[in-house]
Amino acid sequence: MKAVVTVMPKPAILDPAGVAAGRAMEHLGLKGVRSVRIGKSIEIEVDGADEKQLHEICHDLLSNPVVEDYKLEILS
Amino acid sequence: MATISKAPTAIKVAVIQFPGSNCDTDCQAALASFPGVTAEIVWHKETSLAGYDAIVLPGGFSYGDYLRCGSIARFSPIMGAVRNAASTGVLVLGICNGFQILCEAGLLPGTLMRNRDLLFRCETLHLRVENNESPFTSVLHQGQVLEIPIAHGEGSYFADAETLKALNENNQVLVRYCDASGNVSAAANPNGSLENIAGICSHGRNVFGLMPHPERVCEPILGGTDGRGIFKSMIEWMATHKSNN
Repeated sequence: MKAVVTVMPKPAILDPAGVAAGRAMEHLGLKGVRSVRIGKSIEIEVDGADEKQLHEICHDLLSNPVVEDYKLEILS
Repeated sequence: MATISKAPTAIKVAVIQFPGSNCDTDCQAALASFPGVTAEIVWHKETSLAGYDAIVLPGGFSYGDYLRCGSIARFSPIMGAVRNAASTGVLVLGICNGFQILCEAGLLPGTLMRNRDLLFRCETLHLRVENNESPFTSVLHQGQVLEIPIAHGEGSYFADAETLKALNENNQVLVRYCDASGNVSAAANPNGSLENIAGICSHGRNVFGLMPHPERVCEPILGGTDGRGIFKSMIEWMATHKSNN
């Protein structure tokens, strides 16, 4: 099984790294930068895992539910 | 007749060592400087903490801070024993990375996020004791200002509004960042922590996490002794607790 987990800061959470990157983009001439949010993408290849177990891993280990949301995509 | 002086109650403290811990021996030395206290380093692969009166999760960069600070250490084999001990009222102190691990483990509410200004802040600053009704602050005074160093890049305390309200209502915020006169102000906030929170305890008051490093200011030669009050509070609490049993 191949899966990709995308972890993003929750919308209400200030992402100072995203703000700093956004300012750098403006500095490079990109106009009208409204929002930059930085998260993580985690690629997983695993034999014999079920989706429920992967969701548990996403919730308990790969993301911090206090400040982050995750999205699990099963590719194959 | 000769006066019989009471020997200090023997106290045994475990300092957990994770791969990447780097304040473990400092914590051990700080604790062992108190009469009657033995502090032992316990490797994170151990699974029992029987016989210890308190547990310290020291600072450092467990597992290289990979994924999130403390997120992998929280699954170390020893954490089952830490959780059990905490549930039976044993004192658990988490300093810096130890605080992050306790939050990741759900033993303390909220989380520690990247510092607001993205800088790793390494400096001595001031903390105001918000509440001395805890096993970690009992020898200190409410409103007392302590000078204790911080050294972290992810120390910005965050919790949702409901959790924050509960923390305040239950007097779980034990220390806040302040200026030299004890004013809790935005200027005195080094990392963007909500309400200048530097350290919180659990609802049961036996688990305490803080970002500053009390173990680094426990001897005059190190520039200060303001950290001793936290360890002294713990030791007095344990001694009383043991003699009552």
